Amino acid sequence: MPKSTFVYVVYIASTPEKVWSGLLDGEFTRQYWEHENVSDWKAGSKWEHRKGSESGEASILGEVVEARKPSRLVLTWAAPHEAKLRHRHSKVTFEIEAVADMTRLTVTHDELEANSDMERKITSGWPRVLSSLKTLLETGKPLKTWAGR
Amino acid sequence: MKDSDLVFKALADPGRRKLLDVLNAGDGLTLSDLRAHLDMTRQGVTQHLAVLEAAGLVATLRRGRHKLHFLNPVPLQEIYDRWIARFERSRVRALRDLKQRLEGARNA
Repeated sequence: MPKSTFVYVVYIASTPEKVWSGLLDGEFTRQYWEHENVSDWKAGSKWEHRKGSESGEASILGEVVEARKPSRLVLTWAAPHEAKLRHRHSKVTFEIEAVADMTRLTVTHDELEANSDMERKITSGWPRVLSSLKTLLETGKPLKTWAGR
Repeated sequence: MKDSDLVFKALADPGRRKLLDVLNAGDGLTLSDLRAHLDMTRQGVTQHLAVLEAAGLVATLRRGRHKLHFLNPVPLQEIYDRWIARFERSRVRALRDLKQRLEGARNA
């Protein structure tokens, strides 16, 4: 089965520490992503991307492969109904680097099944999520990215 | 120059827009892959890629000996959020649908 890779880069006027917590702090992610990312963020732990509140259902789940605060986080990524099908899991790598007075966030989503539903979802999702994260960190206000969709 | 100026400038050239289309169709292309899709010299492709990279529209990844080029749509999303979403998205959509219907009818 062919696999595909997508790379997204965004420059944010913020610090690597703030970008790191911007990705992992559930209170914060809810504001711009409409989901809470929940885990203890240790290598080998499970993580979940939950709709709404703590008790919400997971829309995405996986394992933390590597966590090196605040510069590198690697997660596996799967829809809940594919949790047991390891070969369907994809991988997301976040790399966070200070560049001059900005922070560069690179998201590499690979090992994705080409032309799958998941591929369609993430290719429309990541640009919106990252643009919204940037706006929230820079202005204090999230974009209403999901309104009317 | 502001980031959005670089994006608009990068998009102003039809060759660069074609390059983005090619990158959108197949992820992770080398310079040689890109050349195979485009009627451009190696130097031309290299120059256009430099402008697109400076605008943030192309991201690169090293895989072994190869440098792979990817379309990075995040700057386009920022322009969308700034220039389209904010201005009456529903009317823009209605006009686009009307245009497609009328053009579809003409081509039928």
